[in-house]
Amino acid sequence: MAGEHLHALDGYRARTSPVHHLDARVKLVLALLFILSAVLTPTGAWPAYILLTALVWSAIILSQVGMGFVQRRTAVVMPFALAAVTVIFTTPGRPVLTVWKFDITDHGLLRLISILLKSWLSIQAAVLLTACTPFPALLQAMSALRIPRVLVVILGFTYRYIFVIGDEALRLIRGRAARSGDLNGKGGGTLLWRARVTGNMAGSLFLRSIERSERVYAAMLARGYDGQIRTLNHPTVRPSELVLMLAGSLLLVLIQLLARLRW
Amino acid sequence: MVAMKAIEITDLYYAYHNGRYALRGVTLSIMAGEKVALVGPNGAGKSTLLLHLNGILRGRGTVRILGEEIPGHNLPRIRAQVGLVFQDPDDQLFSPSVFDDVAFGPLYAGLPEHEVRRRVAWALAQVGLEGYSERLSHHLSQGEKKRAAIASVLSMEPAILALDEPTSGLDPRARRRLIEFLRQLPQTILCATHDMHLVAEIFPRMVILDEGLVVADGPTQELLDNTSLLEAHGLERPWPYKPQEHGTP
Amino acid sequence: MLFSGLPSSSEPLHIPDGFLNWWVSLICWVLAIVGVGIAIRRSGKTLGERQVPLMGVLAAFIFAAQMLNFTIAGGTSGHFLGAALAAILLGPWAGILTMTTVVAIQALLFQDGGLVVMGANVLNMGVVATLVAYGVYRGVLELLGGKKWGLPAGGFVAAWVSVVTSAVACAVELAFSGTSPLTVALPAMAGIHALIGIGEGLITVGALLFVAAVRRDLLEVTGPAAGGMRWAIVGLAIALGLTLLAPLASPHPDGLERVAEDHGFIETAQGAPYEIIPDYVFPGIPNEALATIVAGLVGTLIVAGVAFTVALARRKAAS
Repeated sequence: MAGEHLHALDGYRARTSPVHHLDARVKLVLALLFILSAVLTPTGAWPAYILLTALVWSAIILSQVGMGFVQRRTAVVMPFALAAVTVIFTTPGRPVLTVWKFDITDHGLLRLISILLKSWLSIQAAVLLTACTPFPALLQAMSALRIPRVLVVILGFTYRYIFVIGDEALRLIRGRAARSGDLNGKGGGTLLWRARVTGNMAGSLFLRSIERSERVYAAMLARGYDGQIRTLNHPTVRPSELVLMLAGSLLLVLIQLLARLRW
Repeated sequence: MVAMKAIEITDLYYAYHNGRYALRGVTLSIMAGEKVALVGPNGAGKSTLLLHLNGILRGRGTVRILGEEIPGHNLPRIRAQVGLVFQDPDDQLFSPSVFDDVAFGPLYAGLPEHEVRRRVAWALAQVGLEGYSERLSHHLSQGEKKRAAIASVLSMEPAILALDEPTSGLDPRARRRLIEFLRQLPQTILCATHDMHLVAEIFPRMVILDEGLVVADGPTQELLDNTSLLEAHGLERPWPYKPQEHGTP
Repeated sequence: MLFSGLPSSSEPLHIPDGFLNWWVSLICWVLAIVGVGIAIRRSGKTLGERQVPLMGVLAAFIFAAQMLNFTIAGGTSGHFLGAALAAILLGPWAGILTMTTVVAIQALLFQDGGLVVMGANVLNMGVVATLVAYGVYRGVLELLGGKKWGLPAGGFVAAWVSVVTSAVACAVELAFSGTSPLTVALPAMAGIHALIGIGEGLITVGALLFVAAVRRDLLEVTGPAAGGMRWAIVGLAIALGLTLLAPLASPHPDGLERVAEDHGFIETAQGAPYEIIPDYVFPGIPNEALATIVAGLVGTLIVAGVAFTVALARRKAAS
């Protein structure tokens, strides 16, 4: 059964680590600051990159979600690395290697490595955040950070229903596979035919979703929904966690200062 | 003892946008504390009727809940009196976590936070889902979803429960558990279902709805013995059929 | 098997963190917040209490629809974006809100697209793609003046243009960030998405025709009364804006970054600021390539402009 449902893809890993216990607001702020810090780290500031790696790896180890798990999930950015690869040729600098007719420059290489490092560091932080924080807690943290509540509530609904409608989509895909013998719609028929089948699937999925939204709306009305968004108050952040957040932020600022020193 | 009418529906008509009538003059009274099964073929109007009980759908005719006509000025309060449990728990459990769903009704009733939390804990305990409050709805089994959906209306402490196909999609064990649970509920219950075993087991009174009309209303045992009536409305007598024990006259 | 169904960044539109620099990210956030802010208010006004459940469930629908990819040609999977479908079925504001939610969920839950660059992804796939799609769709409907095949034609063109515009916006942002020179990024992104856009168009049309056959009433929600010409102009303006931005990003990819450096925000590890602004030209690809593309875009816009003028004149004559 596990492979048949979309929620097998949910990145949350239930553990009882200190990282899991940490207030979601603190985690969200620290993760965002960490990513911002990675993005702002200048090209070739290796000590800063090493420190950032040490930071995120400590958190990963502390969280017990598994280094392998995090690294596998970071792999999704890899295709995008192609988008940056040409900087090795186009950044002016001393040629270090010639591939066919093109020169790879030293500055270009540094730049590419820096971009990939920034991206790799950022995504590890994001994967860790998702792995240690149940999505409802993340939503609460978002509303605590003044993200418009309408948006947060809609995100909550979407989170709930991607699993329901995603499973419906998987059933449709299996239905198509049963007829055409291929899961990705590669098999049989002309391009137009395949497109029409897929379009029909999207259309029927849309109608089911519209009907679903009407029933959900009725279920909300049945329990007194009046268009206002109401949530319970969240407990205040504990002082110790606040200290941790400030210390973490300070550390990231120090790393940024270090990155801007000459050595 | 003066029995109070929990639900009183008089001459209710309801038409869809396309002009087709789903309800064509339904009249039905249910006393407080009664447990009534609503049966009939698909498209008979069962779900439509249930949606009228708290004013989500508004047809022609009158609907009174505990003596109050709806839709009145007190729609939110009426809605809290009628706990409507939808057929597909995925429609009812729309929040990311079980806690959020069970807390939704009390929260919109304007209850203070400690009371909301108390109600959630109580409702989850009622359906045997203690400790599930932080669970994510999409991780629940079908049986757990059904029970969580019921908890999400019990937390409003409704006087009336309106259930739509509570046993559909359940495996035998989950179904058995649900039946035992429904049996001990104190509320007035109106339950739309195809599950004739369920009807025979816990509902002393049965209402047959077909093509938007009440075609039969009486003691379950009597109606189940009327084979020609059941056949005429596409219903089956539960088999093997055991006479009920709760001594309906 | 299942995982092949997951919408993944093999469609290179979801920018990960690290690929855009801070000021491009910031500008994109500002634009995205403005767009989404308007969308929240406008869609809230029309949808009222239904806004939350409808937007929430339909964003889940777009997410699920993105799993229905199919092969176009030579192994290129037609990954579905859904912005045009959302815009046409729900109208531009609800469409923006839906697409924004999808982008946010993808980033938060699946790390498909970064967090600090989420503003850019929301801008490209939520705001720009949706507005352009809706504008083009309304424009085509106006042009065809209520012909029967307006729906499929408008749907196809809107879907294709929305995907390509999204890709162009993405390329421009990458170029401004100094991550990929425009001479490479623009032809590559626009080229790949010109192909992917065909799949997008076909699926969109298939879905629209299906909906039209089963529930025509749902398509009338965004009916002809909604000021078609104005929307067409909005779409055109966004496309034009991007075209004008492109040459700006091209010769000086680090132009603005240099300004930042001079003020001490960014320094390279070597401590040496960049040489005099270099002419980033990809060896082997002459600047003509860029010129051709820009010319092509401008040409398209002129043709569109003429067509709209004709349509306007015809409408005036009719009234």
